[in-house]
Amino acid sequence: MPKDCTLRSILVIGSGPIVIGQAAEFDYSGTQGCLALKEEGYRVILANNNPATIMTDEVHADAVYFEPLTVESMEKIIAKERPDGLLATLGGQTGLNLAFALHERGILQKYNVRLLGTPIESIKRGEDREAFRALMYELNEPVPESEIVTTVEEAVQFAEQIGFPIIVRPAYTLGGTGGGIAETMDEFIKIVAKGLRESPISQCLVERSVAGFKEIEYEVMRDHTNTCITICNMENIDPVGIHTGDSIVVAPSQTLTDVEYHMLRSAAIKIISALGVVGGCNIQFALDPTSKKYYLIEVNPRVSRSSALASKATGYPIARMAAKLAVGYTLAELMNPVTGHTYASFEPALDYVVVKFPRFPFDKFPFADRRLGTQMKATGEVMAIDRNFERALQKAIHSLELDHIGLHSPALANESTKSLIDIIKKGDDRRFFAILELLRRGIPTSEIHEWTKIDLYFLTRFAQLIALEQQAKNITLDTVDERTFRTLKEKGFSDAYLAYIWHVEEKDVREKRKAYGIVPAYKMVDTCAAEFSAETSYYYSTYFGESEVQASDKPKMLILGSGPIRIGQGVEFDYGSVHCVYALQQAGYEAILINNNPETVSTDFTVADRLYFEPLTVEDVLNVIEAENVEAVIVQFGGQTAINLASKLETYGVSIIGMSSDVIDQLEDRERFYELLQSLGIPHVKGTMATNETELWEKINDIGYPLLLRPSYVIGGRGMHIVEHEQQLCSLIEQGIVYPVLIDEYMRAKEGELDAICDGYDVFVPTMIEHVEKTGVHSGDSYALLPAQSFTEEEKKKMIDYAKRITKQLHFKGLMNVQFIVRNGEVYVLEVNPRASRTVPIVSKVTGVPMVQLATNILLGKYLSEYVIQSPSLSYVVLKYPVFSTYKLPGVDPLVGPEMKSTGEGISIAKTVQEAALKSFYPYLVKKKGAHEIYVDAPEKAASLIEAAKRFGLTVVTDEPFEQWLEKKEALAFVSFMRDDESVQRRKQALARHLLVCTEEETARLFFEALQTDDFSVCSIQQWLKMMKEVVKK
Amino acid sequence: MEAYVHLQNGKTFAGKLETAWTGDVSGEVVFFTGMTGYQEVLTDPSYKNQIIVFTYPLIGNYGVNEVDFESKHPHVKAVIVYEAEETGYHYEAAYSLKQYLQKWNVPLVSHVDTRALVKQIREHGAMPAVISLRETAVVQMEEQHPVPLVSTSDVETYGSGDMHVVLFDFGYKKSIVHSLMEHGCRVTVVPYNTTLQTVEQLDPDGVLLSNGPGDPKQLSPYLPNVLAVIERYPTLAICLGHQLVSLAYGGDTEKLKFGHRGANQPVYDVKTKRVWMTSQNHGYVVKAESLAHTPLSVRFVNVNDGSVEGVAHETKPILCVQYHPEAHPGPNDTQFIFAEFVDMMKAARKEKVYA
Repeated sequence: MPKDCTLRSILVIGSGPIVIGQAAEFDYSGTQGCLALKEEGYRVILANNNPATIMTDEVHADAVYFEPLTVESMEKIIAKERPDGLLATLGGQTGLNLAFALHERGILQKYNVRLLGTPIESIKRGEDREAFRALMYELNEPVPESEIVTTVEEAVQFAEQIGFPIIVRPAYTLGGTGGGIAETMDEFIKIVAKGLRESPISQCLVERSVAGFKEIEYEVMRDHTNTCITICNMENIDPVGIHTGDSIVVAPSQTLTDVEYHMLRSAAIKIISALGVVGGCNIQFALDPTSKKYYLIEVNPRVSRSSALASKATGYPIARMAAKLAVGYTLAELMNPVTGHTYASFEPALDYVVVKFPRFPFDKFPFADRRLGTQMKATGEVMAIDRNFERALQKAIHSLELDHIGLHSPALANESTKSLIDIIKKGDDRRFFAILELLRRGIPTSEIHEWTKIDLYFLTRFAQLIALEQQAKNITLDTVDERTFRTLKEKGFSDAYLAYIWHVEEKDVREKRKAYGIVPAYKMVDTCAAEFSAETSYYYSTYFGESEVQASDKPKMLILGSGPIRIGQGVEFDYGSVHCVYALQQAGYEAILINNNPETVSTDFTVADRLYFEPLTVEDVLNVIEAENVEAVIVQFGGQTAINLASKLETYGVSIIGMSSDVIDQLEDRERFYELLQSLGIPHVKGTMATNETELWEKINDIGYPLLLRPSYVIGGRGMHIVEHEQQLCSLIEQGIVYPVLIDEYMRAKEGELDAICDGYDVFVPTMIEHVEKTGVHSGDSYALLPAQSFTEEEKKKMIDYAKRITKQLHFKGLMNVQFIVRNGEVYVLEVNPRASRTVPIVSKVTGVPMVQLATNILLGKYLSEYVIQSPSLSYVVLKYPVFSTYKLPGVDPLVGPEMKSTGEGISIAKTVQEAALKSFYPYLVKKKGAHEIYVDAPEKAASLIEAAKRFGLTVVTDEPFEQWLEKKEALAFVSFMRDDESVQRRKQALARHLLVCTEEETARLFFEALQTDDFSVCSIQQWLKMMKEVVKK
Repeated sequence: MEAYVHLQNGKTFAGKLETAWTGDVSGEVVFFTGMTGYQEVLTDPSYKNQIIVFTYPLIGNYGVNEVDFESKHPHVKAVIVYEAEETGYHYEAAYSLKQYLQKWNVPLVSHVDTRALVKQIREHGAMPAVISLRETAVVQMEEQHPVPLVSTSDVETYGSGDMHVVLFDFGYKKSIVHSLMEHGCRVTVVPYNTTLQTVEQLDPDGVLLSNGPGDPKQLSPYLPNVLAVIERYPTLAICLGHQLVSLAYGGDTEKLKFGHRGANQPVYDVKTKRVWMTSQNHGYVVKAESLAHTPLSVRFVNVNDGSVEGVAHETKPILCVQYHPEAHPGPNDTQFIFAEFVDMMKAARKEKVYA
């Protein structure tokens, strides 16, 4: 059946700011979905308050609403736009829950909005544990013995019958939030209590743990005629017990026989048919490794992280197809966009192996609980493709950008065997590297299998890698023969690693390798194992066989992507990469892109002209450059990942467009940076550097307390500390400081930043950004207002002038982010980033200035004077707010400081700061209706704040027993400034109760502002921009 | 040891010989795109004398077990893979891939750029090839009639169901018998050249013409017998069987450029208007236009290339499928074909009672 012509406009709900468990994958699925709907001629209305996304670009939807993702604001949007349909299965759990709530409250019916795709009953059956279990009994599909509980008592009763271990899964939560595996009754009671609080319907499923079974997932699609296909199956190397988002995953499954593969496939199809899903669905099974017994563990009746992974792993665009199915198409009517001439109703055949590896935030949160379980902790992931498992695995590891040397984790090399065994038994994030280290120490795979239940197939592969590693260590660059060299490369040992163990430069390894004629071949991802010819240019490298890539003679540019999502480097850098691709294509260039993050839009093979799914390392990038005859590389849009590669690439004669690596060095090397500022007459904070402890003590005398300590070359403020006094410094030294360390004067004052488009002479700044919090809070974690509200004209002029001076001096072209401190009318330059920053997508969206496109054109040789652009004067206020996932990382203190902790951000747009603040805090306030008590832990430091709170009608609590207060329904927020252990503990407790914790006075004040108004109106960005232009005209 | 795959078109691929063996081996080189099911493929008699290339690069991961064989021994002439797993890890595994092939003297060549090889086949068609330890070789292949090599010479009966099916063995897969048994059938397997008279003595409810290797036209002399049998009994014909039914009614077959061999072939069912994922293994196909003047009409169509994937007789209970409803390897989506067959037999039985 062709598409539904009774529909004209469709509301799409996005997944909102990035949190652990809901990341860039929904930008990918949302963008695909919106494009698919627009292609069909529908008016697309999008609700998503995450400005860093590509889906929220004007071009992807006709009306984009940066509004709170709550039922109330969705109703406002629906009332205003009157969409005919709602598509909610592309926006993760957030979208699904909202659609469900809109239905339950009768809003869809009231406004006559049809839910497209998977019907509400199916969503209910898939998500509601009890309904789901009942359906499975009906289908005769095995589920582990379980009980739905709504009280701790019920749960205890179940545990007494079944025994431990038991898994607790709260209903309707994201990424397994609040769940866990309990080994003892004590643990169990704690987890259940938490899970019940966590679940919006106070319901948990407690089930017999099948930990140790193989965990197998299927991505299934179904159309309304009940044609069902499985796109891909995936096998978690980590057996059941570790969340699939935290597991190392391979696609397709490696250890299943055909009988097992199809037994589970048939079950998956039976389940999706019975559920009545229209679109994509993820189904997870636990398979007994010693029999054909299996259990169904979970069903997600929507596109998911796994479906994004499956799309990239196979080339089959699940979200795009799901959107088409939602508007009435059948699978047999749709073409397979990869081959261009076969149909969408088929199952991809892979002729390669895909490995997904999670990226954890524990490098930033070393004190967090690293143990993995049913609650996801990874912030992002990488994917790698190769013809053999070993190199796919190694490529994934290279893509993680950790401080590993090949397969070595230096931190684990010093651990005792006993503690390594503990790590792998406990299953923390270092498990994989601990296994390798144990193999290196001669522990047999059989024992490791006993402890971890990881299949011997995989453990044997690991062991073979360690054997090869040993073989490599026994030779040198001089003695390596061609055959061994080929084997090492084919199995994934990087030039950098070989250089390290052979004590030579990477360049030497590369030269010798090429002299042997060992260069990678590039093979195509074509969905059909070469059975049909394909039209896509989606490639991966392999050090064996014939290459399928033929370089074109068109003018071309290589764009380096930003790798996995991690704290400090999120989806905003993917936004930059993708827009750079668009701009290059418009200018007639062939855009070639390298990236390794399967969640992103940039790794959608329809975006760049040629996509290389590769690690972002010197070796891999150079290989692509050589295979494609690339002349120039763009590094500005891929965040710090790309910037860090610039200088190394230059040593190989690669030209970096827009700047030299020396410019980067001048801006990032503190000493050179201050010299530069001084030579340009730009004020800066006092700063110096120490290379050892003695120097540190000496130099501190020049700077004085408070001061800021930080390592050079950092992203997201890793390892930064504000040091208030000597005692604190002593304890930091005790914990260990990595030298050289930068020492800066710490100035507590207003902070602001700007993003400038620079053409080597001039700059263009669309708007200024002012941070709500004072200096000392990482810009990524601060609330911020656009346009800046309190800077004087004089101050703003200085900021632009300084940016211009720097640009001119460095002949810098492209995008530059400059951060300032403003105190007593003086403007100090704090930091200059020679690249697209986190705020570029926000500035672009709220001002209507396509910054990345303009910057790309300048990189291609244009000048600002060729464009007629004016800094728009915004007739509205934009509030950017950070979103934290610290709740999911037990052990992390929510205190904000110079080290970034947030995982995502949102924006609110309104006429006034109050209204914008209300929108930002709205989802929280909805849940806290009636609460009015603010607990302040250091009242003596916050007299005026307390005054303000009282003025706003709030009750300030300072001396109630804290834990008791936490349980009160009046508890609204915890304002905490103290640094002592007890306060840290209190903040963690408050966080565990989902209570707002403000650790900066200004944040608390902003929150009070939000309470000043109780209603808000909704307005699309298109409408805001139109109003602004009208104001300008008048 | 180095081994070479020489294709008829002059292209040579180097690889590593995994099994002990000398001399040249020749056969038609074809590829299978399924990601699992190598054990089933190796023992499917339809692959008789063919050199099989697995497009999935890692073969042998779960070893070879005693339960998933499709016949008593491997039929392929040689096996070409990128990587062959040494051991094979699975609770059922009885042999490694290498051990198993060694046992039956089937050469296994690994470390071949199988994707490049498949592209050759895709572009130039399935073609004769020689596997040799020598760097050059003349590619020669003798025409063979493979069905007699794989068909049974005895009559054997399986199961104890109510419906009795005589299965003409042109090189049947064990899973066909299993599927019939699961649908309540007793199955008597007979040689491919069994006459109508013999069948009548067995008094079945229906007959099944099995899959099998080679060009269906090699069986031309037997077509009158096939026609006589199928006109007499409710019939299900699979793969080669389907081609024989079409030929028997005056239809025509031709060779596909490189065949359909995999577990992901989409087939459109004209009757139910649904698309099914099917397991396929065929190099020949029934020409759609040749059915114009026959009593057969197309029931199943390949979604990718529009080729005929199954026909049904307009009036008689004869159902033919080009794909493999018995799966193994591949998806089970079309198991309903066996149920339809059983229904046909039940209907015929009723008629008999009332007649």
